[in-house]
Amino acid sequence: MIRLDNLTKVFDTPDGAVVAADHISMEVPRGEICVLLGPSGCGKTTTLKMINRIVRSTSGKVFLDGEDTSGLDTEALRRNIGYVIQQIGLFPNMTIEENITVVPKLLGWDKQRYKTRARELMDMIAMDAEAFLKRYPSELSGGQQQRIGVARALAADPPVMLMDEPFGAIDPINRAVIQDEFLKMQAELQKTIMFVSHDIDEAIKMGDRIAIFREGKLVQYSEPDELLSAPKNTFVESFLGEDRALKRLNLVRVRDVISDEIGTVVGNDTLTTARERIDAHGYRDAILLVDDRRRPIGVISRDTTGSHQGYCRDHMRGLPAVVNLGDDLRKVASLMFAHDTTWLPCVDDNGTLCGQITQRDMTHHLGSRYRARRSAADSEKPVGS
Amino acid sequence: MELLQYALDNLGLLGTRTLEHISLVGVAVGIATLTGVPIGIAITQNERVARAVLYVASIIVTIPSVALFGVMIPILSLIGQGIGYLPAVIAVLLYSQLPIIRNTYTAIHNVDPALREAARGVGMSQRQRLRMVEIPLAVPVIMAGVRTAVVLNIGVMAIAAYIGAGGLGTFISRGISQSDPRQLILGAVAVSLLAIIADYALLALQKRLTPKGMAVSSATA
Ligand SMILES: Nc1ncnc2c1ncn2[C@@H]1O[C@H](COP(=O)(O)OP(=O)(O)OP(=O)(O)O)[C@@H](O)[C@H]1O
Ligand SMILES: [Mg+2]
Repeated sequence: MIRLDNLTKVFDTPDGAVVAADHISMEVPRGEICVLLGPSGCGKTTTLKMINRIVRSTSGKVFLDGEDTSGLDTEALRRNIGYVIQQIGLFPNMTIEENITVVPKLLGWDKQRYKTRARELMDMIAMDAEAFLKRYPSELSGGQQQRIGVARALAADPPVMLMDEPFGAIDPINRAVIQDEFLKMQAELQKTIMFVSHDIDEAIKMGDRIAIFREGKLVQYSEPDELLSAPKNTFVESFLGEDRALKRLNLVRVRDVISDEIGTVVGNDTLTTARERIDAHGYRDAILLVDDRRRPIGVISRDTTGSHQGYCRDHMRGLPAVVNLGDDLRKVASLMFAHDTTWLPCVDDNGTLCGQITQRDMTHHLGSRYRARRSAADSEKPVGS
Repeated sequence: MELLQYALDNLGLLGTRTLEHISLVGVAVGIATLTGVPIGIAITQNERVARAVLYVASIIVTIPSVALFGVMIPILSLIGQGIGYLPAVIAVLLYSQLPIIRNTYTAIHNVDPALREAARGVGMSQRQRLRMVEIPLAVPVIMAGVRTAVVLNIGVMAIAAYIGAGGLGTFISRGISQSDPRQLILGAVAVSLLAIIADYALLALQKRLTPKGMAVSSATA
């Protein structure tokens, strides 16, 4: 757990005092990622660096796991905090192995132990130990260096990590890959992480909580969904952008919205049966055809049932698309637009049908937050007004 | 031809003088490295001190060597060492300070701030940062300074023959006083060759000392 208590930094510059961080108080629960987000110069980096004393705070306190860090020795404190910087900062005179074992060595681990650890770390970041440990940083691609930077920070298994735009220096495609890998790792490691970003989409993807900064002040500190659906003021609103409601699509999974009620037919049903089911469920254009293990294989359109006779298996059309329970609504919406449909079948990891997702359900789900807020606001109004 | 014949006739003497020359420059630059590198590192801590030290060092280099010997003779005479080995070594030592201090200072000062921050961030103390990161990265540039000092002072040391320090300069001074062009030219050629050979040898050493991972060898100053 990281807790900041009125943390403040004033830089004395030739042009006068700059308040880079102004009485920042916040708490990151153990095992969560908190993203510091805001426009350039708003004090994100300064706030982060006060935690490991790369920047000395003017006033205020930092607590790690409830312990006031001001009593701790600076070097000991830093060895206990994983630190990833934007410029990566691998030591060019050291091999990859030397780079990632730097903290264990400083902590006085014996050779056997840190050598083993180096291999563990390489496994963790999905890089081949034999191929890379003996190389030098200049022989690695940007993305590989970035992974090594993360491995170095994780080397001594610190409970707390500070990451300053850690994936900023890589191209968008690689960045998405590394973000995913990192989230997978975090799901196991459960570090308490402060993460600086100026990319809203990254913040929404990575953050369990997001802290919005403006001119040295903490403006809003919320979970992503709360932030997007209830920005505190016009600054946050405009920073998040006009399409902030759409960004919420990223946060919701199919399994949160799925309705398990779905009518189906199998190949041996007649078209008449199909027609009856379409009418019974009130479907407008078609019904899903599944195989004997309930895997979606096609659709029977309403029109076909009117104009033809026979078995469904002989009259099916191809399936537009299926979505997985773990997919986010952004992907679902995109597929619906691409296939000009208002519903899609949902399957689990085995491909078995679990239900369907409709545009109405999605709108309803996303809208519920706004509705709840509005009715709360209505009920707060004084009677008679 | 005549010159070559002369050189062959005096091969033994040429060898002795060359060794003398090398040992004078070697000792002086060696000591200068032992003092200059720590000074160069120390002054990275304070910009004003750095500027002052570099200023003094560059003034020293502008003093003509003959003048420097002139100043040292009365002072060192007090301990009976007015001429010969000691003043020669001291002069070279002083001249060597500038390239060595300046290169060390520049190299350490120019270490990528991101690397310095990374080194602080992993919890290295100031000494550990110097030893594990900053000095290894600075070695190529420091070595370039040592090289400059050696080449520069192989020339300076030729003049030290006038105060009886020995070395290849003896051929030159005798050549002049005895109006013997053979000695004069032999001395001049030998000094130049020595400088070129030393430069190459030290360049090879510099390359060996450069940390393997550093793809581009830093600028030579
Ligand atoms: N060493 C310093 N000396 C003086 N002022 C500084 C120093 N470091 C930062 N500042 C100032 O403090 C303010 C906050 O800087 P900080 O680096 O924390 O911003 P940031 O939110 O990380 O911005 P960015 O997104 O551009 O990285 C800025 O106005 C900056 O100019
Ligand atoms: Mg920053």
